Amino acid sequence: MDIHVVGPEANADERAAVDALLGAPSTGWDGGDRDIARDGRSSRGGRPAAIAQRHLLLPAFHAVQDRVGWVSRGAMNYICQRLIVPPAEAWGVLTFYHLFATGPRAAAVVHVCDDIACRARGAESLCASLAEALGPEGTAPDGRGTTWMRSPCLGQCERAPAALVVRAGAPASRAVVAPVSGTDALTRALEASSGHLTESLAELRAIVPQAGQPGLTLLRRVGLVDPASLEAYRAAGGYTALARALELGPAGIIAEVTAAKLMGRGGAAFPTGVKWAAVAAEPAEPHYVVCNADESEPGTFKDRVLMAGDPFAIIEAMTICGIATRSTRGFLYVRGEYPDAEVRIAQAAAAARAAGLLGDDVCGSGYAFDLEIRRGAGAYICGEETALFNSLEGKRGEPRSKPPFPSQAGVFGKPTVVNNVETLANVLPILTEGAAAWAATGTASSTGTRLFCVSGHVTRPGLYELPFGVTLGEVLTRAGGVAGGRDLQAILLGGAAGMFVGPESLDLRLTFEDTRAAGLTLGSGVVMVFDDTTDLADVLGRIAQFFEDESCGQCVPCRVGTVRQRELLAQLRADAGVTARAERLAILAELGQAMRDASICGLGQTASSAVESAVARLQVFRSGSAL
Amino acid sequence: MGGGTSSYREIEETDCILLWGSNARETHPIFFHHLLTGVKRGARLFTIDPRRTSSAQWADVWAGLDVGTDIALAHTMAREIIVAGLAHNEFIREATTGFDAFKASVLPWTLERGEQATGVPAGVIREMAHAFATAPRAMICWTLGITEHHNAVDNVLSLINLALLTGHVGRWGSGINPLRGQNNVQGGGDMGALPDRLPGFQHVENDAVRARFDRAWGVTVPPVRGWHLSGMFEAMGRGDLTALYVIGENPAQSEADQHHAEALLAGLDILVVQDVMRTATAELADVVLPAAAGAFESEGTVTSSERRVQRVRRTKAPLGESREDLAIIVDLARRMGAAWPATDAEGIWNELRALSPVHGGMSYARLAAGGLQWPCYDETHPGEAFLHGRLWERPVRGPRAPFSIVEHALPVEALDAEYPFRLTTGRRLEEYNTGVQTGPYASPVRRGETIDVSPEDAARLGVVEGQRVRVRSRRGSVVAPVHIDAALRPGLTFMTFHFPDEVATNHLTIDAIDPKSGTAEFKAAAVRIDALDA
Amino acid sequence: MSQHDAIWFSLPPRATALPEAPPAPPRATVTVTVDGASVDVPEGATLLDACRAAGKDVPTLCYLETLTPVNACRVCVVEVAGARVLAPACSRKAEAGMQVQTNSPRVRTSRKVVLELLASSVDLSTADELTPLLAEYGADPGRFGAAAATVAQPVKDDNDLYVRDYSKCVLCYKCVEACGTDAQNTFAIAVAGRGFHAHISTELDVPLPESACVYCGNCIAVCPTGALMAKPEFTLRQAGQWAPERQTAVDTICPYCGVGCTLTAHVQDDRIVKVTSPFENGVTRGNLCVKGRFGFEYVNEPEAGD
Repeated sequence: MDIHVVGPEANADERAAVDALLGAPSTGWDGGDRDIARDGRSSRGGRPAAIAQRHLLLPAFHAVQDRVGWVSRGAMNYICQRLIVPPAEAWGVLTFYHLFATGPRAAAVVHVCDDIACRARGAESLCASLAEALGPEGTAPDGRGTTWMRSPCLGQCERAPAALVVRAGAPASRAVVAPVSGTDALTRALEASSGHLTESLAELRAIVPQAGQPGLTLLRRVGLVDPASLEAYRAAGGYTALARALELGPAGIIAEVTAAKLMGRGGAAFPTGVKWAAVAAEPAEPHYVVCNADESEPGTFKDRVLMAGDPFAIIEAMTICGIATRSTRGFLYVRGEYPDAEVRIAQAAAAARAAGLLGDDVCGSGYAFDLEIRRGAGAYICGEETALFNSLEGKRGEPRSKPPFPSQAGVFGKPTVVNNVETLANVLPILTEGAAAWAATGTASSTGTRLFCVSGHVTRPGLYELPFGVTLGEVLTRAGGVAGGRDLQAILLGGAAGMFVGPESLDLRLTFEDTRAAGLTLGSGVVMVFDDTTDLADVLGRIAQFFEDESCGQCVPCRVGTVRQRELLAQLRADAGVTARAERLAILAELGQAMRDASICGLGQTASSAVESAVARLQVFRSGSAL
Repeated sequence: MGGGTSSYREIEETDCILLWGSNARETHPIFFHHLLTGVKRGARLFTIDPRRTSSAQWADVWAGLDVGTDIALAHTMAREIIVAGLAHNEFIREATTGFDAFKASVLPWTLERGEQATGVPAGVIREMAHAFATAPRAMICWTLGITEHHNAVDNVLSLINLALLTGHVGRWGSGINPLRGQNNVQGGGDMGALPDRLPGFQHVENDAVRARFDRAWGVTVPPVRGWHLSGMFEAMGRGDLTALYVIGENPAQSEADQHHAEALLAGLDILVVQDVMRTATAELADVVLPAAAGAFESEGTVTSSERRVQRVRRTKAPLGESREDLAIIVDLARRMGAAWPATDAEGIWNELRALSPVHGGMSYARLAAGGLQWPCYDETHPGEAFLHGRLWERPVRGPRAPFSIVEHALPVEALDAEYPFRLTTGRRLEEYNTGVQTGPYASPVRRGETIDVSPEDAARLGVVEGQRVRVRSRRGSVVAPVHIDAALRPGLTFMTFHFPDEVATNHLTIDAIDPKSGTAEFKAAAVRIDALDA
Repeated sequence: MSQHDAIWFSLPPRATALPEAPPAPPRATVTVTVDGASVDVPEGATLLDACRAAGKDVPTLCYLETLTPVNACRVCVVEVAGARVLAPACSRKAEAGMQVQTNSPRVRTSRKVVLELLASSVDLSTADELTPLLAEYGADPGRFGAAAATVAQPVKDDNDLYVRDYSKCVLCYKCVEACGTDAQNTFAIAVAGRGFHAHISTELDVPLPESACVYCGNCIAVCPTGALMAKPEFTLRQAGQWAPERQTAVDTICPYCGVGCTLTAHVQDDRIVKVTSPFENGVTRGNLCVKGRFGFEYVNEPEAGD
């Protein structure tokens, strides 16, 4: 391609970072030294080469961001030359992902979560003290080399408030601090530049209040079994599901998963067996397995805990999925804010590969399967499966129109099975216990157990595994009820894309069918509790801001609608006039309908759900109480 | 018939493209769109060009041959195809002649010899040969990199040999296509503006053909071929040609060896120039006839590189006293005593249709939307997407296609110690020919004439970007700023001829002429470069 | 006579079979219902095709026959029975038995709101295709209030051939597609940023002359709102002299290379003020190069001061 790269060249650090990922350039035409005897006579490239390499664009940006702390034009130019990407396109991709800095930035950055769960736990005062200590957000006065920034939900809601501390360098360090007890803790984390921080078993147990208790399936190893040890995993029952899968063969695996009536746990609740069968039946080759670990729904942290606490299980499940669907290559796309989970998964994959559990001949079975871990870069929308595919392909994370569905045309346009982490984790007990035994838990239509991410104003926030059919009130009770003995005002069920319910819904049975009948959704299993002191209008404002920030900007209803929704909410808060309020609420309702009906993807379609539910069920803005 | 054998749409559906001596990305941008559609659908693209042009950057493989070694490369590919058993034997047997002699002529061209002669690595030559030969459909497209040589026709014939060898002609998606550099090069030739042809690509020495024209025109058409452009200049040099009527051409600046051309034009008894603009040639003229712009101020037709005849129309009134070419010519004929009837563009066109079988079906009404591709024999005929389909009929209808025996010959002007750089010339995207039409529009990418050199040569010469240098050939010298271009390798330099008023590149070029086509070797002069001020 | 001459001394005989494209494989027919009327379309046709075949007008904004549908504007949404959400007619493939409504209350509400969102955030003063729709759907963009965020920004006037006024940009992606894989493959511009801040940009938003732009103007040709405008038109509009009612549009062929691109010359007061190419033209598909689109000044009377 005749790409037009002008302007500055990469410096030595930037080149080294890119070369460490891609290897040294092979010719003068792709950024290496010009050897005229070779380069003067022929070159290779063109569109096929560009297409083959494009998927490395995000990893290349990450490499530079990790090393230098931002992506300069020179670095971008070098990447463009190496990967044959037009600079304007590269810029479009770079500016899509909020973890990439496009201007000079302090090497150390504290990303402070100010999203709803952390907000309920003092995020704003943390921001205020950081502003005092480090200066205004995004600045690094006096060459202090450290800055802080607000962040959408970091997925650490059970231990809010949370921060992600990143220091560029070779190697870069990325660590989560949660809960943040004060700026001192952040300073300590910044000074401990010893690479990634992973959690101890004790820390994991703190996240899972049920740890060690009987009756757990998905969480039975979390906090008890060393997540870094393949031996420990095997000793705790690991890889027995793969053995069973190899006995069953592809059709048998799919039959078992189908019989179990496993529904997707990412939010859409699609039958997993149907999905796998569809991919397996597609004649186009190759097939891919994608594990959606871009868990970014505010209030959600279950996949993080599974990956950090039981990483081999995810690897094993992906392997089984690969065998079942004739896929030899998988991708695990983990959000960029999950350094702990990423490290654990990477360690586990390496160990599995070394043990022959991944590779050209999995366990000597003749099946080939391996996976790559890809890191997101700060874009909620990439949790949408088709946006995730685009991101894997090195593009902006813009959702695609469906159909075609991923089973027909997924990543790289090929048949793809894409499953959420929790969904995959369920495959193991289905195979080891057998579909019927596994499905005996839960209800007839909602089989198995469900992970609930309980956060907000509860006594024991954390990740709970409970059978489908448990009531909302029981979940709240498990978590010790509303903290401090306060009254319950509202529960956000299903995440920011979910809905608010009030105390009247505590008897709601948490199943797909019951929530659907009630006009609700389980979403990603979020149960975020707000006590009677909470300013719900402020929470709605933050949710509206979240969707505005995270809209990809592709379709009009979402791009502009999320802005108008935030503006209308601000007007509603500011304006006490009853008539004006009624008018605004009417506009808000019509706007919500259009966003739900006409947006391309689930983000826009659900961006008004929480607001509408708060207005309808909790009378926010209708009475004076929420103001 | 002389014309590209394929339609643009076919390159979208082919499997392999050899883009040879053509920077179509810049010189034929919309054709390149079609080509890229083909690439997008999976066609492999090979570009053969001394420079790594913007077209070459799209290629799966770029082969950077030495200027003027095209036949050596084609022969080496041909030999490789033959010895690898990839020739299309059935097509060769049934539809061609002269294969054995051709085979004998290329057998010495081993990959090693090919690499030595062309500079292209043997592996690359082999890869191109195999890819071209094994592709279900394949096309060769070329431009002036093939034809602006002293052996232009031989170059073309060597490419045709490749197509015959592999059967890549006469079928949808396979063909051999010269991309025409000007909007009516094809049409001009089709209308008989060739020394040996009457309209409709009919041979002037064919008695039956001539008889029809005699009848239609009421005169006796002389059975002799005329001069091509370069032949005319030779005739001027001999004093055999003393009066010249130039319509829409700027030979004072577009001919190779410009000093020589200027002197010849100045020495004519009478020079009449009919043009849209006051060109440098017009400045030399005895009479200037201001012409309306062909594309915007005149009625008529032009024919494109896919043999598509399309209507040009008067979109606005001609400027000042300018008139349409047709009106001027008719008036001139009358002044000269010929009783030409009053007619208009459509009348002339219908006369052509009556005389040229391949245009017979192209009424103005049918041409109105989108045009038609010749041959189009009658008003029910839809025009033909590709030529030579007859070669796939068994037995072949009409004459078989002959292989041609051609010899590799280096450019006339060899490099030596005094003139150590190879200067090759070409076009840029935003400019056109000598800038007569493009000069008046403001192009943000216009950067004026430069002498483009490789980074290595710039270092050796001690020159930096923008530094003025004197470029000298055996025929003249110019001063131009340097542009450093990594697309060039040491020893190879490049200039355009778009800015003759500032830098008269054709003072440098050589008028070594291909005797078969009359084209000059614009692509290969020997020059030296001397730095001026730092 | 040379060997070369001899072959074609007489015109070769006609091929027995007409040399033409191999026939396309037959396509099955799909029957759908559009507003109650049954209509047959070939397999692979879109709902837009079906609606048009049924004589139903469906408005579009980001759709163009020559470009890959991005279905971003959502103006063309229709209601498909049984579907949870509305479908973009421009890209959704027709499936047998689909029951489509082109003008249901849900459809009208979505279109109205989409138009309001656009009109409240973008300057549509030169979006001639769009403004009639605002009235047709009863859109009231003012209801979001005077403080509603807009994309207003200074005009980018950084070169001699185009002006870019992104205050008028509806982000339909057409220019990006035309500059990219759907036509020009130059990739000088892309969508950068995200959400409401998403915008058309060169790398680092550098001025066009520092970008990869080759000034083919194929972006201008597809821009539905006048955000991208050739300089002559922009200048005439600024001076209040742009007068479409005084313009003629006549097709001719480009005077430059031998590809044979159809040019539509738009002439006002005997001056060419704009050149386009028909989208349905098989050679150009509406695309031109810089010379074809802008290289017409030589036939215009030089203006005073030139």
